[in-house]
Amino acid sequence: MPDDARSPANSTPLKSTSLCHLRIEGIDVTYSDEWVIQNLSLNIPDGKLTAIVGPNGCGKSTLLKAMARVLPLRSGRVLLDRRAVHSIPTREVAKVMALLPQGPVAPEGLRVRELVAQGRFPHQSLIRQWSHEDADAVERAMQATDTVQFADRPVDALSGGQRQRVWIAMVLAQETPILLLDEPTTFLDLKVQVDLMTLLRRVAHDEGRTLVVVLHELNVAAAFADRLVMMKDGAVAAEGPVGDVFTEGNLAEVFGLDARVLIDPESERPICVPRIDP
Amino acid sequence: MIGLRLRTGALALAVLAVAFAWHIAVGAKVIPLATVAEAFWGYDETVFDHVVIRDLRLPRALMAVAVGAGLAVAGALMQGVTRNPLADPGLLGLLAGASFAVVLGTFTGLTSPAVIPVLAAIGALAAASIVWGVASAVPGGASPMTLVLAGAAVTAFLAALTAIMLLIDETSFEALRVWLTGTLAGRPGTAGLWAAGWLVLGLVVALGAARQVTAMAMGDEAATGLGVDVRKLRLAILVSVVALTAAAVALAGPMGFVGLVVPHMVRLVVGHDYRVIVPASAVVGATYLLLADIAARMLLAPVEISTGLITALLGAPVFVWLVRARL
Repeated sequence: MPDDARSPANSTPLKSTSLCHLRIEGIDVTYSDEWVIQNLSLNIPDGKLTAIVGPNGCGKSTLLKAMARVLPLRSGRVLLDRRAVHSIPTREVAKVMALLPQGPVAPEGLRVRELVAQGRFPHQSLIRQWSHEDADAVERAMQATDTVQFADRPVDALSGGQRQRVWIAMVLAQETPILLLDEPTTFLDLKVQVDLMTLLRRVAHDEGRTLVVVLHELNVAAAFADRLVMMKDGAVAAEGPVGDVFTEGNLAEVFGLDARVLIDPESERPICVPRIDP
Repeated sequence: MIGLRLRTGALALAVLAVAFAWHIAVGAKVIPLATVAEAFWGYDETVFDHVVIRDLRLPRALMAVAVGAGLAVAGALMQGVTRNPLADPGLLGLLAGASFAVVLGTFTGLTSPAVIPVLAAIGALAAASIVWGVASAVPGGASPMTLVLAGAAVTAFLAALTAIMLLIDETSFEALRVWLTGTLAGRPGTAGLWAAGWLVLGLVVALGAARQVTAMAMGDEAATGLGVDVRKLRLAILVSVVALTAAAVALAGPMGFVGLVVPHMVRLVVGHDYRVIVPASAVVGATYLLLADIAARMLLAPVEISTGLITALLGAPVFVWLVRARL
């Protein structure tokens, strides 16, 4: 793995992590006896924020879960460097790849710091318990997510956006080169979504980590992602840099959405505006 | 933080030791604590009180410790892994399954001390599977409510079968009538040693798995992401819960609500890390059952109440409170 694929040597608040490349080779996934994903291949670029979008039921969350070994594969492989994720001991995978599932639930009364500390789980064992390294990782993750001020509050007492930042802190504390996040911004206010995505983009660009994020909001995906994967009916319909993929043609074909795509002059990012019959 | 934990732990152990000594001191005849201490450090077989302590009261206190610790840890694990605040060996039918199997064994002549815990384990496992199957078949799947309802149905059904067997065989009925309410009055003998083996197995597995249960309490997906082998952990917890339940039932019959009440009390104090909850539940569960057994012997003295009736009297209100507060 070439080391120069890393991001520029910015001041990194979190411990830098060695790279690890994620690739999907012709996977089939079934879910309660239905084919959800058939023969899907995808290469995930290192150190970038890749967003997966698609209409409801297209299999985008299923794809993420298959990548995260939560779901078994019928065939094909998910490769971490040259090894198949589904056959590596799960604890070892957790040292290089973290997962934030959709709508996670904190045990009632669990405090923020305790939840973030769970991210250290794969680095500990019965013999090797809590260490300074663990404490530092938790501290860094809470600083990066701006959650230090409620470190001692119960997670269930926080607002939706704060809670989501705490969960992101937990997967950051895992200090993995790869992070998979399933709809981390759904049901949150636009302002909160923007804050979270800014945070995630910083994690990718400043720390050189690889992020794969399933997103619901098209314009949020277009504004923050480096690469876009559009899925339809369990297959990749379009994939590439945001500017190439986020087109009127693809929106019509994948989402059945009649929309104009404009370019924001400030960020030079595309945004879509649905056409509405007068 | 660590210092505070150590101090809380030391305090809990001290309370357990006091409860243990008190438990031995009370009974048909109150024995002074000084004599209790003497019976351990200066045993004299010509002193009647010493013999009573060694042969009757000490085994009973040890049984209370074992059963209390076992049921409390089983409840804590079940609550953590199933994310169900109402999970408890009694409420989910395991106690009924285990005691039904033991009664069935007695009925058919399988009463050797080594076999009783095995029967209890098979019964607990079978009942747990049936309850899980029934609750999962309900539209919407196994929720805390459907599990408790399925547990109640299975418990009632097995209680009826047990009652039928006891009606047919009156000798067993006399021997088992008290046992079926949950009692520490029995004389365990070699059966106690066999049960202790099961208890140790359950506790070792529980302590080993405790760390992963915290991750598991955040959901299967999050736990997988953190590197927990969810299927393996579930299996380990099932083994532990069944072994602990089997040991407890073999020793004392179905002692209800201990596994529900104790872990919730523990969580109020120590928080939500199962590395702490599991050992704390063992210590507090042991203390709780010692105290319940003291109450059982003192409340209507000289008449002794079944300890299981005391744990039910204490546990049922907690159950109602949990349903109101947590569901």
